[in-house]
Amino acid sequence: MISRFTTAFCALAAFVVVALPAAAEDSVKIAYVDPLSGGGASIGEVGLKTFQYLADSVNANGGVVGHKLEIVAYDNKLNAQETLLQVQKAIDSGVRFITQGNGSAFAAAIEDFVTKYNERNPGKEVLFFNYAAVDPVLTNDKCSYWHFRWDANSDIKMAALTNYMKTRSNVKKVYLINQDYSFGQSVRKGAREMLGAKRPDVEIVGDEVHPLLKVTDFSPYIAKIKASGADSVITGNWGQDFALLLKAAADAGLQVDWYTYYAGGTGGPTAIKQANLADRVYQISEGLPNEPYAPAQEFEKAFRAKTGVSLFYPRAVNEIGMFVKAAKEANSVDPVKVAAKLDGMKFTVDNGGEGFMRTDDHQFFQPMYIANLGPLDKNQPFEEEGTGWGWKVTGKIDAQDTLLPTSCKMNRPS
Amino acid sequence: MSDVTTDTVQLPAAASGASAPRYADAVRYAAPWIAVAVAFAVLPMIFSSGSALTTLSLMGIMIVFALSYNMLLGETGLLSFGHAVYYGLGGFLAIHAMNTVIHDHLPLPLFLIPLVGAFSGLLFGIIFGSVSTRRAGVAFAMISLGLGELVASSSLILRGFFGGEEGVSTNRTKLLHVFGLNFGPQIQVYYLIAFWCLVCMIAMFAIRRTPFGRMCNAVRENAERAQFVGYNPQVVRFMAFALAGLFAGVAGALAAINFELVNSSMVGAEPSGLVLLAAFVGGIGNFIGPVIGAIIVTWLEVTLSDMTDIWQLYFGLLFIGVVMFAPNGIAGLLMMHVPLWRARAYRPLSRLVLTYLIALVPALATLAGLIAVIEMIYHRSVKASDGATISLFHVTLDTTSVVPWIAAIVLLIGGFLLFRRTWPVVGAAWHDAIMYAQGAGKKK
Amino acid sequence: MLELVTISTLNGVLYGMLLFLMASGLTLIFSMMGVLNFAHASFYMLGAFFGFQISQFVGFWPAFFIAPVLVGGIGALVERYGLRRVHKHGPVAELLFTFGLAFVIVEIVQMIWGKGPADYRVPPSLNFSAFTAFSTNYPAYKMFELLTAIAIFAVLLMLLTRTRIGLIIQASLTHPHMVAMLGHNVPRIFMLVFGVGTGLAAVAGVIAGPALVTQSNMAGSLGPILFVVVVVGGLGSLFGAFLASLLIGLVQTFAVSVNLSIADVLQPLGVAAPSGGALFDIWNVTVAQIAPIIPYLLLVLILIFRPTGLMGTREQ
Repeated sequence: MISRFTTAFCALAAFVVVALPAAAEDSVKIAYVDPLSGGGASIGEVGLKTFQYLADSVNANGGVVGHKLEIVAYDNKLNAQETLLQVQKAIDSGVRFITQGNGSAFAAAIEDFVTKYNERNPGKEVLFFNYAAVDPVLTNDKCSYWHFRWDANSDIKMAALTNYMKTRSNVKKVYLINQDYSFGQSVRKGAREMLGAKRPDVEIVGDEVHPLLKVTDFSPYIAKIKASGADSVITGNWGQDFALLLKAAADAGLQVDWYTYYAGGTGGPTAIKQANLADRVYQISEGLPNEPYAPAQEFEKAFRAKTGVSLFYPRAVNEIGMFVKAAKEANSVDPVKVAAKLDGMKFTVDNGGEGFMRTDDHQFFQPMYIANLGPLDKNQPFEEEGTGWGWKVTGKIDAQDTLLPTSCKMNRPS
Repeated sequence: MSDVTTDTVQLPAAASGASAPRYADAVRYAAPWIAVAVAFAVLPMIFSSGSALTTLSLMGIMIVFALSYNMLLGETGLLSFGHAVYYGLGGFLAIHAMNTVIHDHLPLPLFLIPLVGAFSGLLFGIIFGSVSTRRAGVAFAMISLGLGELVASSSLILRGFFGGEEGVSTNRTKLLHVFGLNFGPQIQVYYLIAFWCLVCMIAMFAIRRTPFGRMCNAVRENAERAQFVGYNPQVVRFMAFALAGLFAGVAGALAAINFELVNSSMVGAEPSGLVLLAAFVGGIGNFIGPVIGAIIVTWLEVTLSDMTDIWQLYFGLLFIGVVMFAPNGIAGLLMMHVPLWRARAYRPLSRLVLTYLIALVPALATLAGLIAVIEMIYHRSVKASDGATISLFHVTLDTTSVVPWIAAIVLLIGGFLLFRRTWPVVGAAWHDAIMYAQGAGKKK
Repeated sequence: MLELVTISTLNGVLYGMLLFLMASGLTLIFSMMGVLNFAHASFYMLGAFFGFQISQFVGFWPAFFIAPVLVGGIGALVERYGLRRVHKHGPVAELLFTFGLAFVIVEIVQMIWGKGPADYRVPPSLNFSAFTAFSTNYPAYKMFELLTAIAIFAVLLMLLTRTRIGLIIQASLTHPHMVAMLGHNVPRIFMLVFGVGTGLAAVAGVIAGPALVTQSNMAGSLGPILFVVVVVGGLGSLFGAFLASLLIGLVQTFAVSVNLSIADVLQPLGVAAPSGGALFDIWNVTVAQIAPIIPYLLLVLILIFRPTGLMGTREQ
């Protein structure tokens, strides 16, 4: 009897009702190509949630020139060839806009591919919106008309950071420690050049690079930092390289100021709190939740309520906002027309303040903020990762003060 | 293995010297390859979308890579965990060659670049093989692992050659155009890959049939005995290693042409593991095994990540399943039926296939139940904040309600119990078929 | 200079002892069963996560004892229902089985605990500084790691060479049929050994979890080094694994402090630098930059010149 029942059930299960999800007929799709499995997934998922939230709010306000905005996720498995494969799949399923950010190597691959594809397939152009890949070369030697970058590149960030450090009199001996790859190398080169120019009295007492995501015990490096007598450390480390570095520093009782790019990434605030480094870890970014600008704070509150994570990518807000604006101005979602409008566009960014997309290299310039992590007071409502500590702004640099020259010579379509 | 029986049967006919039987032999040997060539030519007309072409190109590359790996594992019994080194280095040398050709306007068409890959694979196979092949078994596996890690790690140090983590890129349309082909469109790249894939398949099949190929098998079975026959097992292994490296280099060059980008992940542990999976799942005891494995694994790799975030889990389970229940791979399972076919036991065979189909239904139900349970657990534990529903096989399931859970568990357990009920039926049909085949053999 | 040497030595010994904690289980399994357990690092990771989860309920010390037992139990089950089936297909199949198992365990951990780091902390009872050497504090927790590793080494060595069960285990490896005929349950012994081996990996995980980041990629980052330790030490020798872990720990730690490159050594001697290409990179790379890949160099060299490892006894 039981076997008959299960047979019936199996037969029933075999008649699975095929209900194809009804895709809106004229939806405009943005492909989100980032790691969604394996090691990089925790970062990739945060980005995806951000974009999906933004798409939902755009659709609630009438969409993009009447079209529904859809985010389609593709997992690049942190592999360049896989990235290209996923981009190809996206293009084959009708997507004309690609967005990516985690990993400049993959961004370079996409930029190269998109440029070649647009050259070989006129009339079917696609655009590449880069929201987080910060290697300066993407808007310098390897620039492309079809690539737009919303994150300040690592040189711009270093310029802003060193402008801030110029005003700090307690910085006398600086130690550089970075990951040994293109981003880490550009951080250390930028730091040496810019600190040397702005504060020649500051001594760089150490310049260390270590292999990317391979070091499990940073205590030898901390020992070297201690031995050098540094009072400040500049590091571009992120992910586990940042968390373990800070852990080792806490173990050894190292008391220095940390000037970082990505201390706010997943795991960072937890590590800082565990290491008990209140108000000593600084981060440069384009927006922070505790900045006293009411619309941004409301956005942050709604965002956290819906998604459960903090807004790590205010630049995504700018990217989608500018995309919608460009489409409106062009009255079309055709990539060529949208690109023409984005070229040189001025925009009011997520945290207030004015930003603009430079025509020479398609790099977006915006106000930058220096913040440090520590205990909050009453009018600073946002804390990070359940630690009770949050980011507090200690310095702001206007967009105009972050400009840097570019070597880009892009081929513009006639 | 099946090939041995073919040889021993054919010998008397060839020795007779009559030209008509020789012509028939030639046709019989060439026919499968002609069929493969026709299939390669016709496939893109059936699957013509852009991503289908890309997938077919990937399958072509993977077939060459997996077959080269089988030269090591299946033929010579050398388990290597670092075969991707030769694949990746082939790709790097090929892409540097392409860039040099473009830069210096050399008259070398894109078509011949895989030869650069072959040269690279052979070179590095000789260099690394001279130290790796001194040992066999577990020691060899460990050396290959260590070498693989070493090359992968040094790729971030030797930035000039490896291009750092961005790798090296090129533009394949900028080489010399021959017959008006600029190899911009994917379809042209596909035919290039298909051509070289066919050439390599024929070459590797032929090597297998040479006395050298047979000695590799002998060394695999019993190295000491091969020594007594007069061959130095170490030299045999070394040559097999170098040749396997050669063909892996060709695969790497094809990948370089296809993606126009090579980077350090091509020499790392990931492609090494993938080719091992492909060869093993397909079946390492047969020539056709790695081909099947390459096709399946490539297809899974391309489509599975769209369907689920935990595709790596399914890969691992597939691997374990094959190791435990079908260590000869899919080809091994298929080849088990060859004696039945040879003995012309068609009716028992068709009855056997019928029992397979009957057993398939509860098996699929079990699989569906298992996948549903895994996906729902995954959704509840990690992605609960995304909402309660997931979409599986085009059916929307609400993970917070009890109904889908019960349905999935019923499918899983009920399906498995039913599946077990069918095993005796399949076993009896198999037994009948074997008896018939043996009886038919005795009559002859 | 003396400060650097002392600190590096201390750090190196501590790192080496952590490696030994993990490699001890792997060596035990290999020397007793001839199976190279690719999934060993995954059991280590399981130990860390189990330790984390249990310590959330009952605290660190009970978790220290419960988690390894649980993981060892899982290991025994894996041996009984998985590895034993595959055993008849040969050593390659066993290796591949553990290879696939490694993937599956990592994925299951990700499914249950997610992909981010788990907040696994040093217990308050050990969260103080043991001593201060040259103005660097040494956490008591690292001393605890050191002591546990030494204790495990001593217990294992005694167990294998002096107790009856240890001798039976050694005998079952080379003469399983004879041992079975003498009345011992050889399959059960293998199951026990595998369980204990994975339990040891789990102990390493429970201890290393708070010190390092407890995350689903822990297995991948330490797995290859583990194999280097076992192979360099000699497949099958526990003492060899001990020596090799110390060696690799010290070498890697010292290498990090050395900022020399070939250029620094040869340029003062007047040797001209090569202009470009791969040689230029090798010329300028510092020892500190290549520190994490030195173990692999060591592995390849040992396998070429002394394939049985430093103290190995098994000839494959």
